Amino acid sequence: MGNSLRLNKDQTIPQKLIHLGWGLVILVCLLAGVGFVALYSAANGNMDPWASKQLMRFLVGLVGMFIIALIDVKIWYRLTYPIFIFGFILLIIVEVMGHVGMGAQRWINLGFIQLQPSEFMKIAVVMGLARYFHSASKQDMKKISFLIPAFILIGLPVGLVLLQPDLGTSLMIVMAGITMIFLAGAPIWMFLLGGGAVAASLPVAWHFMHSYQKQRVMTFLDPESDPLGSGYHITQSKIAIGSGGIEGKGFLEGTQSKLNFLPEKQTDFIFTLWVEEWGFIGGAGLLLLVGVIFIYGIAVAMNCRHAFGRLLAMGLTVNFSLYVFINIAMVMGLIPVVGAPLPLVSYGGTSMLAALVGFGLILSCGIHRDSKLPRMQ
Amino acid sequence: MNNNDDRSKSFTRRAFVVGAFQGMALAVLGGRLAWLQVAQGGRYKTLSDKNRINIKMIAPSRGEIVDRYGVPLAVNNQNFRVLVVPEQTDDLEKSLQSLSKLIDLNDQKIKKVMEESKRSSAFVPLEVTDDLNWAEVSKIEVNLADLPGMAINEGERRSYPYGLPTGHVVGYVGAVYKKDLTGDPILTLPGFKIGKRGIEKKFDTSLRGAAGNKQMEVNVRGREVRELQEDESQNGNRLALSLDAELQRYVQQRLSEHKSASAVIMDSKTGAVYACASHPGFDPNQFAQGISVPQYEELANNPALPFNNKAVSGQYPPGSTFKMMTALAALEGGYAKPNTKVRCKGRYEFGKDKFHCWKLSGHGNQNVVTALMRSCDTWFYEMSTEVGIDNISAMARAFGLGQKYDFDLDQERGGLMPTKAWMEKRYNKSWRPGETIVSSIGQGYTLATPLQLAVMTSRLVNGGYAVKPWVVGYENSKKRFPDTWPKINVKQEHLDVIMAGMDKVVNDEDGTAHKSAIDEDLGFKMGGKTGTAQVKKINRKQYAQGIMNEDLDWKFRHHALFVGYAPVENPRYVVSVVVEHGGGGSAVAAPLAKDLMIEVQKRNPAATPMQHASLNEGENKHG
Repeated sequence: MGNSLRLNKDQTIPQKLIHLGWGLVILVCLLAGVGFVALYSAANGNMDPWASKQLMRFLVGLVGMFIIALIDVKIWYRLTYPIFIFGFILLIIVEVMGHVGMGAQRWINLGFIQLQPSEFMKIAVVMGLARYFHSASKQDMKKISFLIPAFILIGLPVGLVLLQPDLGTSLMIVMAGITMIFLAGAPIWMFLLGGGAVAASLPVAWHFMHSYQKQRVMTFLDPESDPLGSGYHITQSKIAIGSGGIEGKGFLEGTQSKLNFLPEKQTDFIFTLWVEEWGFIGGAGLLLLVGVIFIYGIAVAMNCRHAFGRLLAMGLTVNFSLYVFINIAMVMGLIPVVGAPLPLVSYGGTSMLAALVGFGLILSCGIHRDSKLPRMQ
Repeated sequence: MNNNDDRSKSFTRRAFVVGAFQGMALAVLGGRLAWLQVAQGGRYKTLSDKNRINIKMIAPSRGEIVDRYGVPLAVNNQNFRVLVVPEQTDDLEKSLQSLSKLIDLNDQKIKKVMEESKRSSAFVPLEVTDDLNWAEVSKIEVNLADLPGMAINEGERRSYPYGLPTGHVVGYVGAVYKKDLTGDPILTLPGFKIGKRGIEKKFDTSLRGAAGNKQMEVNVRGREVRELQEDESQNGNRLALSLDAELQRYVQQRLSEHKSASAVIMDSKTGAVYACASHPGFDPNQFAQGISVPQYEELANNPALPFNNKAVSGQYPPGSTFKMMTALAALEGGYAKPNTKVRCKGRYEFGKDKFHCWKLSGHGNQNVVTALMRSCDTWFYEMSTEVGIDNISAMARAFGLGQKYDFDLDQERGGLMPTKAWMEKRYNKSWRPGETIVSSIGQGYTLATPLQLAVMTSRLVNGGYAVKPWVVGYENSKKRFPDTWPKINVKQEHLDVIMAGMDKVVNDEDGTAHKSAIDEDLGFKMGGKTGTAQVKKINRKQYAQGIMNEDLDWKFRHHALFVGYAPVENPRYVVSVVVEHGGGGSAVAAPLAKDLMIEVQKRNPAATPMQHASLNEGENKHG
């Protein structure tokens, strides 16, 4: 098949299955497999309470991923704005519930799953921007007025997520959004200007930060200052990682996590547990695995014959990579603790489903790379 | 279409840029991972072990102290204590109050714990109370759920079955003070005790043993998950003393008939001390269990100084018990023959000074034996002027006076045996001949402890062997005393002369201690010498008023001394008795010594070889 032009008529299900990016499916399963092994170890060699549930969610999510992948990108193109609006409404609902209830509210309880709308909003923003820039011409991209709706697409959900308040997710949406604008072809000077503006506004942002957020930044800058308080998590995480050495302590032998020195070992700090037990070999292997997934995503994007698919696949790949970078950099003490999961590996329903939805859409872009989408003007 | 291709190319370029960023980010993560795991792995491994491994010291059992027959003098009793970790309680005072509903816990103890909690870290366990009985332990165990932070701890507590009679010898243990810290980590164990007096103090490191280690894997809350490694503790050495505990008890009891007295009974041949007592004393159990302030003050304010072991630390003018030294120096120096007679007129004139014999009417002609028997001062006055202080002093030193023996008990003092050189050095003046005369009868500068007098007597009666006294016979099975002693360079015939005199002191009708002669039928005949050490001279005016020494304040009265040995043929046991301010040696000290001599010969400890600790050797290592 390769790069040969596929017929413009709709493919049958078997044809689609042939064109499905099975390589990516295998990579996704491998990454999830790392998660199961780590969660099994986190529970001292038990399937319960985490590994079994995670496996079930993965299997359900995998089915969802296939369904999403098999649906034509055209459909997703048409559904983009409704999905965006739906996600936005969900965000408003949690915000309102948060005010009715107490404190920070990020979840909607759907009974079988605690849904975190902001996770899906990240995908919705990428979709929305892909759709908006799908029909943009080179000249459009040079006009600020043309970019303003894009900024609104990013700004509205970010504002709501910030209100929750969830600084980490807000930043991820902003970073993914800006990458999308870059990929869509906005002139470079804009980014330089924007970067300068952000640098100038940092002191202002500091002023408006919550004290716990300030604390996190301070702790990040000097973890030793508070070894038993906020810095404790990161210090213990670094000890766990470092003590793993080259070969690791061995499966089920991670003392830091077994003895509960490691906080949140099954969620945000799952990478720590993994490399404590499997060492640098296991950690580098995991990084290599996600690297191949990035390449696969980028390849899908580049092979797409329509702008929507290119931007969508690339944006989702970037989204995935942001998760990975932020999570791993956090547990290794490179950036402040922001509370981001490692997609597919960390225990948690929403992040698992969001990741699989994202890969489903990437796969859909791969299968339907030749779909006829509304042409640009 | 052209436009679309153009956009596609732009996208591809920019996607490469994004991809490059992603690759760089991954490389940074990989580099960081390598830094942590490969470059710094060793350091973090140590930190991780520090996290998870809690090294617990296991306190060794303190060595037991037993007497020569294996009768326990210092033992460890099981002791149940209640410990509380303040940070594990919601409210320390409330927890203590609820504990006080279960067991007897007075407000003073609660106050003490509250005070301590302010001074120590919140995670350090504090002792609330100890010595719980089984009923109390089970009561607390059942209610432990309602007593957060409290725990029952089984420890050991030092106990002294003989109590007061062995107080000075065995001593006692007490809490570790800052000044006691030597860097041995064992000293920082909560509730660890070290020797404060007696053998407990002198042999502290031997009795202490070595702490063991237990490496426990702990989780983040410090809860022990599993044991990784254990190094057994090495229990302290078991000390077997030469003491005969029952004899010691008897001696102590007999001494207590006086206000302040001390006595030593030892083996003249081996140097083994069978009894070493000083009255008044103290009960070491009071200290091991924590003495109360009033109890302590009562002891501390007693003018008879109960804390002093006077048998080794009391330094007295030896009085007439010293006469054997002067006599032996005269015989050995050839200044006197056994039959050399000196005429006693009741006084001895030296230049323009007069030195009185205790018998003012005089003894008439005396040779060395009868002079000893009657304790005639004049014979010794006259002889000493010829012999000279340095020869007398050298003889006394050879027989153990004026020196320390590196004895097994604390508080040992060396007494004083003056010489001309000493006088030059100490007072920067020359020795006057008159001072030799005073010294010849054990007055003046000369000072000796009851232990030294016992040693002197032993060396006289054992054939002139320089025995040294010892108490600790065995450390576990390690023998600590020699089988032979060096010979002193004196003639046996001279020693026989001295012993003949000492025999007559007790067993001749004219002897000063004849009233204390042991009944021939018992077969325990003893020899000896009385001594009365002057503390304060009766002046002329008092004498004229008929005031006798007995009429003076207690602290100015004479010390009564007696040194003795038995049996007279083939002497084995030696006793020395000092009754402080007791009056005359023949009236006060000799009768006491007689009873002690009968008792020791009845018990005859020398007949039974010492039991060393080999019985319990196998049990010496404990986990």
